[in-house]
Amino acid sequence: MTDRLRGLAELRAIRETVIARRAQFDKRISVCNGTGCRACGGTEVTEAFAVELAKRGLDRSIELMATGCQGYCQRGPLVVIHPDDVLYEQVRPDDVPRIVSALERGEWVDDLLLEDPITAEKVHLRSETRFYAGQQRTVFALNGEIDPTSIDDYISHQGYHALARAVHEMEPDEIIEEITRSGLRGRGGAGFPTGKKWRFTRDAAGAVKYVICNADEGDPGAFMDRSLLEATPHAVLEGLLIAARAMGAADAYIYVRAEYPLAVDHVRKAISDAECYGLVGEGILGSDLSVDVHVKEGAGAFVCGEETALILSIEGQRGMPRPRPPFPAQRGLWGCPTNINNVETLANVPPILLRGADWYAGIGTQTSKGTKIFSLTGKVANNGLVEVPMGASLRHIVFEVGGGMRPGHRFKAAQLGGPSGGCVPESLLDVPIDYESLKEHGAIMGSGGVIVLDDSTCMVSVAKFFLAFTADESCGKCVPCRTGIRAMLDILDRITRGEGLMEDLPRLRELAELVQSTSLCGLGQTAPNPVLSTLRYFEDEYVAHIADHMCPAGVCKALIGGYRIDPELCRACDQCRKACPAGAITGTPGQPPYHIDATVCVRCGACVEACRFDAILRGPSGDAS
Amino acid sequence: MTTIRRARRGGEEPGEDVILRIDGREVRARRGENLLDVARRHGFDIPGLCYHPRLTITGGCRLCVVKVGERPGMIPACTLEAADGLDVIAFDEELEGARRTLLDLLLSTHDCDCLTCASAGDCELQELAHRYGLDSRSRRFAALPRPLPPVDDSSPVLVYDPTKCIVCGRCLKACDEIQGKGVLSYAFRAMDTVVTAGLGRWGESECDGCGECIQLCPTGAITEKLAGRPRSWDVDVVQTTCSYCGVGCQLDLWTRDGSIVNVRGADSVPNFGSTCVKGRFGHTYVHRDDRLAQPLVRKDGQFVPVTWDEALDEVATRLGSIREEHGPDAIAGLSSATCTNEENYLFQKLLRAALGTNNVDHCARLCHASTVAGLAAAFGSGAMTNSIAELEFADCILVTGSNTTETHPVIASLIVRAVREHGADLIVVDPRRIDLTRHASLWLRQRGGTDVAWINGMLNVILAEGLHDEVFLADRTEGLDELRATVERYPPSRAADISGIPEALLIDAARRYATADRGSIVYSMGITQHVTGTDNVLSLANLAMITGHIGKPSSGVNPLRGQNNVQGACDLGALPNVYPGYQSVSDPVCRERFEAAWGVRLPANPGLTVVEMMHAAAEGRVRGMLIMGENPMVSDPNLAHVEQALRALEFLVVQDIFLTETARLADVVLPAASFAETDGTFTNTERRVLPVRRAAPSPGEARPDWQIVCDLSTRMGYPMAFDSPAAIMEEIAAVTPIYGGVRHGRLSPDGLQWPCLDLDHPGTPYLHEGRFSRGLGRLHAVEYRPQDEPPDDEYPLVLSTGRILHQFHTGSMSRRSDALNAYVNEGYAEIHPADLERIGATDGELVRIVTRRGAITTKALATDRVPRGTVFVPFHFAERAANRLTNDALDPKAKIPELKVAACRIERPERNHAERDAS
Repeated sequence: MTDRLRGLAELRAIRETVIARRAQFDKRISVCNGTGCRACGGTEVTEAFAVELAKRGLDRSIELMATGCQGYCQRGPLVVIHPDDVLYEQVRPDDVPRIVSALERGEWVDDLLLEDPITAEKVHLRSETRFYAGQQRTVFALNGEIDPTSIDDYISHQGYHALARAVHEMEPDEIIEEITRSGLRGRGGAGFPTGKKWRFTRDAAGAVKYVICNADEGDPGAFMDRSLLEATPHAVLEGLLIAARAMGAADAYIYVRAEYPLAVDHVRKAISDAECYGLVGEGILGSDLSVDVHVKEGAGAFVCGEETALILSIEGQRGMPRPRPPFPAQRGLWGCPTNINNVETLANVPPILLRGADWYAGIGTQTSKGTKIFSLTGKVANNGLVEVPMGASLRHIVFEVGGGMRPGHRFKAAQLGGPSGGCVPESLLDVPIDYESLKEHGAIMGSGGVIVLDDSTCMVSVAKFFLAFTADESCGKCVPCRTGIRAMLDILDRITRGEGLMEDLPRLRELAELVQSTSLCGLGQTAPNPVLSTLRYFEDEYVAHIADHMCPAGVCKALIGGYRIDPELCRACDQCRKACPAGAITGTPGQPPYHIDATVCVRCGACVEACRFDAILRGPSGDAS
Repeated sequence: MTTIRRARRGGEEPGEDVILRIDGREVRARRGENLLDVARRHGFDIPGLCYHPRLTITGGCRLCVVKVGERPGMIPACTLEAADGLDVIAFDEELEGARRTLLDLLLSTHDCDCLTCASAGDCELQELAHRYGLDSRSRRFAALPRPLPPVDDSSPVLVYDPTKCIVCGRCLKACDEIQGKGVLSYAFRAMDTVVTAGLGRWGESECDGCGECIQLCPTGAITEKLAGRPRSWDVDVVQTTCSYCGVGCQLDLWTRDGSIVNVRGADSVPNFGSTCVKGRFGHTYVHRDDRLAQPLVRKDGQFVPVTWDEALDEVATRLGSIREEHGPDAIAGLSSATCTNEENYLFQKLLRAALGTNNVDHCARLCHASTVAGLAAAFGSGAMTNSIAELEFADCILVTGSNTTETHPVIASLIVRAVREHGADLIVVDPRRIDLTRHASLWLRQRGGTDVAWINGMLNVILAEGLHDEVFLADRTEGLDELRATVERYPPSRAADISGIPEALLIDAARRYATADRGSIVYSMGITQHVTGTDNVLSLANLAMITGHIGKPSSGVNPLRGQNNVQGACDLGALPNVYPGYQSVSDPVCRERFEAAWGVRLPANPGLTVVEMMHAAAEGRVRGMLIMGENPMVSDPNLAHVEQALRALEFLVVQDIFLTETARLADVVLPAASFAETDGTFTNTERRVLPVRRAAPSPGEARPDWQIVCDLSTRMGYPMAFDSPAAIMEEIAAVTPIYGGVRHGRLSPDGLQWPCLDLDHPGTPYLHEGRFSRGLGRLHAVEYRPQDEPPDDEYPLVLSTGRILHQFHTGSMSRRSDALNAYVNEGYAEIHPADLERIGATDGELVRIVTRRGAITTKALATDRVPRGTVFVPFHFAERAANRLTNDALDPKAKIPELKVAACRIERPERNHAERDAS
């Protein structure tokens, strides 16, 4: 790879070469090697396939590909057989010979197929699984389809074709116009129109400008940016280069957290491969565009996802936000106009330029265009990364793609947008999700985290959990964020300990509104959202904690009077006694009822989980008898 | 809060006026001005803790939130700029409620230890808590625990108490943005955020103790480490001028019961609150027990306390008889760069008018005699051409022979600001890796004593490349042809050969300096203290003139004067060849003017300079000496010879505040008042006459020098009857044209910069606008000459001497400060590790440094701050006096000795050396 490319023709040539080479194979085995699947042994599975194929002499007819994250992380390691589209889940290395044997016979291995969480039937086609069938994968289109470390592979899927267009066929203003017309909005959270942002930086005074890719994905539970960087680093890089072209930047930075080592590796490899092809550096694709791309690893402070803090961090200073204006578009990195886009935003750019703004604007809602990737986690059957069109309902995400709640549990709420987001209750399950509707209902799009909560979740504790995160991640610069969040946390803590007072509720609201309205940056301004939204939809739970000294979900230990066993329902199965870590339960198998000694009980709730007959009741402590 | 007056580029107007509304009232402002400043100036007392007009905006405390027109929410006023038509609500119920809650929150994390807090009464947080009525009953938030590190009292000068820190960031920015040091930063985050110095503790960090952080801390988190715990309501505050270097920092002396109990920087020109560690913590000498409190007369070899009458009679009689027997020129006097203008004026008048000799000089001879001579020859007057504040706005600053960070710390901070805030090019030319090299675009490391060569090299490049200012040269200067002919012989290759500066660097420096819009040269003793000192100065003047970098704001030649009033002592004629105002003693017109004013005949022959006096004393030509506030036994070159000379005198009288090394040799010692005990004026390095104000009584019978001189003169038959320093200034103004408009009553708030010709004259911020003092600027063709004493086989190394931050001059003041001594209290020699290795010694060991004049044994500091082959010794330490080693060879024109380069060798000391060297 030393030939510097000059234009579309050469890109097409590479594409055809790769397609021709691929045509020599009958089948392809794609093994997910994303961080999630690697953690479950994806690398070992890949190696096992390599050994097995070689042993059987199949390595010339069957292609083995280690792909980036395929999104269904809960079920990893994932193996997909192409073109059959068979999906195997949780594959272990010793499953590999069986899979290859089945492949040779034109069959599949039944027990490795996915079971539908609702129908409990085995589904052998990937495209027919609930998880994938309910998605519209545009940005994720290549995740799982290509080898992230192969630039040729990316080019074979029309990679860098958009850049070629941007460099040779479009003026910077036309690029910005195209992005503006597409309706693309920032995927980092606030949803600012990307074209408008690019326009600001393009029009800002100054010869030196910078573009930055914000890959400091800090929300707990969100990992779509990591997935994109790991699986399709070239797509992000291509978006960044197009941004540099549009805004006239000669230097681009990718600010990525150091906790994403695989993403960092893939990005660095992508940059150096692109350099060899003349896609990065001097005279890109034979044009007069020159862009150097630098990788800067962040140390993982949540606040460094904030633009001004991120800029300071790149400059080598402590990442602390500064007041705006001046906006980064006016005075950013090293004092020069700077544009910062999130990973997912940039990954949207090449498809827009390839397929046109009209195509893109045709997806989504009136105000929010395109698709959005959500990190679906929590008490839902399918966990993973989910890409759906803007405007899809929460019900679709949770109950279709997500396969519904775990058995025996009821949907209570979904926390949207990470720790700065808000809880959306069951009554809003059918609201189409876009930037405006979420804001209206007290949540935010944020990074796209969706944490599904069920009836075993205490909403006060949920608010406390997220607030503890933001209280900890406050940079310490401004008073409302540094001390206001902590004062709120102090109140929540007292409420969950049973020491709350009714006047805490107005005080909590007052503080939340103060922190929201006076904090310096987005971290503080949005940190009260979990509190405000739970107060809005679940105030009765707060009141129960304070007035009734009751945690309705049975989570807050201080408010669980204890457990008792209903003698009518107890079957003396002994499961609760086995589960109890404190030895508080006594009884003889087959001789109901069992008994709980309140003085020994630690109120952990393990017995409730263990009982299959709902015989253990919360309430006044001790024995029902 | 005072709005800071900051010098602006070239007197540009600050922009057109805009009208905005605050709480319904129309107010005027400059476009783009900080809204919080505007509001406060117009009486809207919006609270705020993190904002400070000298710092960039933090926007952290959020207390200054306001509402603006239709814009949603509350916005901190400090982040807004004044604009036409802005409609601001500064006070309403919601804003005040938010402010109150924010304060309440702050207090919940603050150790409200106001009963015993050092800052009680001087605390912005306390003030706001009081204003918002947040007493312990009305506060709504429980104390939020913070796991904080313990109080850090490891610094010699300050204490940091994290429990009182409100994380406003003013200290960090004070350290970084004002002082350019960046020692402070935050550690940890959220509620645990604390300020940390270096990697942890103040005492182990690079903090040099300037105390800017204390100055700007709004609470009691960072406080001075003080004896006696002064309370702000319990002290009187007197603003005066610092007694250390020539910057002339304005200080607020806090006094209680006649004692100075604390020092803060005063918010006025030239320092606007900043000081260095000496200014803030170095003035404890004023109240030391060993202050002279009674006149002493030597009887049978012993000092005996006597009355003032007896002492003054003794002086008058003894000097009188020497004059009778040997003539007036057998008497010489050393005036003082630390005394006031008024005192220097009277002292030279005493020598000239009462005693009839021009033998008066002072230690300016040892520092800037070559500046006075060189710049007078080139421009017509020998002083800084520009104001200190203008340095911040120069595009290119060439610093040579000045370790500004240690010798003029507050000026160094301006230079660093010029680089960091305004993007100036800093070119440092210095053999040592001084601190400023960290901020420099170019560092040229010349061999000591080769300055004419590299400057000629730069001149050569500038002329060869046509970068000179032809119009300026044609209209304003003379002597270009001769200069051109000379510098043609210094192509960069030859200049590089002589100076050791790589050719490319020299060319780069020449281009950067020549092509700047505003080029400023800053220099000091690295240029002047050579046998070629005057030539060096002339060369720098050449550089400024051929590029036209003079006579404009931020463009000029700026010698930094070393002592608090060395400029004034020169201005007021404490020099053997000129009367006050640089009027030549050999010019009959001048002489007649002074004869008329003083009512006596005056000698026409110029008198002896400092080193010449010592030679004359040793040879018996000078038999009696008066020394006012100088300490030649530490400050002068070739100390063995100085001691021999002073001992050879028939009669020596010393006026001083301590029994210095020199006073110990005197026949009569007269106890004087310190700077804090007298009124008068100092003239700082930028020609600014600044007030000195009495803040404390003198110990015992000590008296101000001006009174001593008056009494002495009267006793010698030439009555001087002044009732105050203000009255002396009246006489000074009458005979000194450049001080013609200076009166004590005119010096508030900003002093006056000479020339100030009459009472209506506003003073002169920069010199030579449109016309040089001498008419045309004179270019001088200067040839390179080697140093007096080049290294040889026997003495292979170059010895250089100089100052360090934490001590001052002969140490008579600074070494009586425990705080300063805690930083450095012993002599040492900076030696390159390779040189040290050659004699088999290592860092921290004692080494013996030997020159042709003497030897000292001192501690070796192995460092590559000095180049290989050079040894640097600070000269403050009498017990290891660097000046035992220095060369008293003189510049033929200015008579300045070659203190900066001498040949030396280093060796390992044998046991008996130390005793022998000290004796």
